[in-house]
Amino acid sequence: MSTVGGTLLEVADLVTRYPVPRGVIGAVARRPKLSVHAVEGVSFSVGEGEMVALVGESGCGKTSTAQTVIRMVENESGSIKFRGREISSLSARSLRPLRREIQMIYQDPYESLDPRFTVRDTIEEPLLVHGIAGSKPQREAKVREALDRAGLTPPDLFIDRFPHELSGGQRQRVAIAASLVLDPKLLVADEPVSMLDVSVRAGILSLLDGLRRQGLGILMITHDLSTAAHFADRIAVMYLGRIVEEGPAKEVVRNPQHPYTRALISVVPKRDPREQTVPQILKGETPNPVHVPSGCRFHPRCPIAEERCKSIDPQLHRARESHVAEHRAACIVTAPG
Amino acid sequence: MSGLITEPGLVPEGAAPEAIEPASTRRPGFFSATLRGEPQAVVGLAIVIAFVLIAIFAPLIATHSVTQKTGPIYQAPSSSHWLGTDDGGVDMFSLMVYGSRVSLEVGFAGALVAMLIGGAVGVVAGFFGGWVDIVLMRITDIFLVIPDLPLIIVVAAVFGRTLANIILIIGIIYWTSTARLIRAQVKSVRERVYVKRARSLGAGNGRLIRKHVLPQVAPLLIANTVLMIALAVFLETYITFLGLGDPSTVSWGKLIENAFLGNAVLNNAWWAVVPPGLAVTVVILACTMVGQSMEDALNPRLKVGHLAVRRFRMRPLQGELDAE
Amino acid sequence: MSDAPVLKVEDLHVWFDLSGGRELHAVQGVSFELRAGERLGLVGESGCGKTTTILALMGLLPSSASAAGRVLLDGEDILAKGEETVSPHRWKDISMVFQGAMNAFNPVKTVGSQIAEPLEMHGIASGKVARAQVRRLLDLVGISGDRADRYPHEFSGGMRQRAAIALALACEPKVLLADEPTTALDVMVQAQILELLTQLTRDLGLSMVLVTHDLPVVAQVCDRAAVMYAGEIAEMGDMAEIYHEPRHPYTRMLFAATPDMLGDDSVISIPGAPPRLDRAIVGCPFAPRCDSAFSPCADTHPRRLEVAPGHEAMCHLNDRVTLEQPA
Repeated sequence: MSTVGGTLLEVADLVTRYPVPRGVIGAVARRPKLSVHAVEGVSFSVGEGEMVALVGESGCGKTSTAQTVIRMVENESGSIKFRGREISSLSARSLRPLRREIQMIYQDPYESLDPRFTVRDTIEEPLLVHGIAGSKPQREAKVREALDRAGLTPPDLFIDRFPHELSGGQRQRVAIAASLVLDPKLLVADEPVSMLDVSVRAGILSLLDGLRRQGLGILMITHDLSTAAHFADRIAVMYLGRIVEEGPAKEVVRNPQHPYTRALISVVPKRDPREQTVPQILKGETPNPVHVPSGCRFHPRCPIAEERCKSIDPQLHRARESHVAEHRAACIVTAPG
Repeated sequence: MSGLITEPGLVPEGAAPEAIEPASTRRPGFFSATLRGEPQAVVGLAIVIAFVLIAIFAPLIATHSVTQKTGPIYQAPSSSHWLGTDDGGVDMFSLMVYGSRVSLEVGFAGALVAMLIGGAVGVVAGFFGGWVDIVLMRITDIFLVIPDLPLIIVVAAVFGRTLANIILIIGIIYWTSTARLIRAQVKSVRERVYVKRARSLGAGNGRLIRKHVLPQVAPLLIANTVLMIALAVFLETYITFLGLGDPSTVSWGKLIENAFLGNAVLNNAWWAVVPPGLAVTVVILACTMVGQSMEDALNPRLKVGHLAVRRFRMRPLQGELDAE
Repeated sequence: MSDAPVLKVEDLHVWFDLSGGRELHAVQGVSFELRAGERLGLVGESGCGKTTTILALMGLLPSSASAAGRVLLDGEDILAKGEETVSPHRWKDISMVFQGAMNAFNPVKTVGSQIAEPLEMHGIASGKVARAQVRRLLDLVGISGDRADRYPHEFSGGMRQRAAIALALACEPKVLLADEPTTALDVMVQAQILELLTQLTRDLGLSMVLVTHDLPVVAQVCDRAAVMYAGEIAEMGDMAEIYHEPRHPYTRMLFAATPDMLGDDSVISIPGAPPRLDRAIVGCPFAPRCDSAFSPCADTHPRRLEVAPGHEAMCHLNDRVTLEQPA
């Protein structure tokens, strides 16, 4: 059972939009200003010792949400609170100390390390940037400690290596060590294992799970429902910029309430050849986030859509068939609220 | 047991520390990669080094004075004057040796100025983007449009004919192509994940540029500069030949100019014209060979040949099995 | 499904030249059969040789490669003389859909004209006849015919993948090789494409080799699977049998490393990394990472044994001869 302590991250009604450039001709022809509605009112929280997974297909806004939370991208409205403190409006300078507490792990282990830096250089860099651990021996000790925490033991085997001498899994551990060296409280992991071989994934995910048990909060972005179901405490399923279902991981996956989640789960291939479910394949593809459908954003593809779904934009409510209070879905048919 | 890269915490029994690739397979440095791959790079480098040595040790190598008449006018090459004499009776060989100094100095210095200006503009425009990029690129466009010859004439006429001015002109004319090249490279490096990661942990722009962008961009800059040296040497020769060079110094361009003014061709004095022209050509060729090899080493995909028709080979199976 | 195999690969080897006179032995004696209408999954992790194997079947190896072995397409060895014997069959009898096929289209030509290319190249159809065939092909893959005159950038990722399949099927080949056809796609689009491929093999009697690292995809779509490791087939057999009765530790561990969405078993990772293929491997290539390795594994390469009808594996644990010997 995970130990959930205080709340680390609290996001409320987050909205992030990217303007679509019109160009000179567009401006002259007075074409309407379009934006990509990447994140359209997302609320969730991550506590100490908790792993929350944001799950969805491409274009759903999960990566934009992560980018906004770590303030690499500006949000248009909404609030982001870290340890109770509002960070969405902080200046770059005030954000700097926060960069120690919130760290991001990137998807591509082959690109997230500078090829000219040794493992030591990469892990030492955060210390140099933030002016911590003044002397060389002190930094060396912290680097070794971080390598140990990331499971790269004995440290001597790795500390002088260049990235091209390491495997994908080892590179990802180096990236994790580099984020651990500052002793962060929250880790945002964007598809941390999707580019790694299957045999290596569990190692990295167990590492993250171990860190979670040490009290770190982890926000994991992934498109892989199976991984999320296995390792996360809670899952939030996103579609076109909104959370359409959220709840305890196992509950959401075994008893999905939103029609999108149900379709998604039915369509994920199962490991056992004899256990394949009849896939409920939705028509077409996810619409362009520039033109979001009116009413419920899922209604054009929804198998149980009713007439009223075209005009009502549902909120997250406890689903009728769910036994758990925290399990909510944004569907007026299954969760009228 | 074949070489293993071990996963952490589960180091198998008896795995020695060399289980991971030993340091000797470290990726070769950029320069050794260039030299190893291309014989033309080695030849080119040898030639450039030879000329540089001649320039440095000019006083030891030159046989006669370059200011005084030491032989008859337009005497053909002989055992005492290896390259004959010019229209003033001055030894050609010594003139060539001393001339190398100016030609190479100006060439190297001019290329350096172009590299510094172009590199700085390229890095700033590429890294910061936005209106900084737009402004710098418009400035670059303006400089690109300035015609070479009128600029040279104007500078010579207004500011005087000195070596420093020639170096300046070379810098002004050539920095733009470097700037564009570096800007493109910086833009792509800026988007790399490791730069974004460094930024997300709080690294400032200065650090990002110094530690992450410049090291990636430096090899290209150096390759570009070497190619620039070739152009600079040519431009110096061109300027001096037109009579716009520094009258108090002797460069290969000056020698060609002298030959032209002294009617060397009419006097059948090929030794007054050919050596300087040949020297300039050889140096430019050598620099181009080295610079080109460097660029090839940086971007092997640019090498021609990958579009050739696939011709994989078939082997007789039995033979292979026996060999194993 | 008829009895004679449409495709029979016998002892396929592929080597790549490396600097310094060394060689990378990427494919080490791969053999398998494919019947009409059958879907065979070729599964493995990066570097196992699965992509190189199917590239060899198409003769799409670079000049730094050399190959050995036989590839019998309807009884004829198409690899006998290399490029010379393969090219008449390429795209006509055996076709491929590539990884990232969405990006395999020329952006300045219409999709329709590109699908017509193999028809024109092999002299099957041209002009109006070809255009009609193109419309039929697009219809077959679920794209409306009037999109033939559109450009690739006007298609979404999933639609481009369908178009790539149409391109591969233009000359009605007998065998379709698909290299990670859905890896870069969303899971919903992936389901659409996998359903399309399954339906095509049923309706057209097409045989398919599906190369992927994604075990559940193979479990859902394929009738049989071959698990590759270090350039060899470690285990091959009926899909359900491989999952429920794996006879090679790598197969078992690979399944155990794949999370099951609704299951509760913990997910394992396999320690170590695959062996280098530029050096001769002594013993079983998987031995250093195997949880069941015993005395013969380090020095003797296991024999390829049929452990049940249609089910083979390369592991000493199946070898009664080895097991009976004193340790």
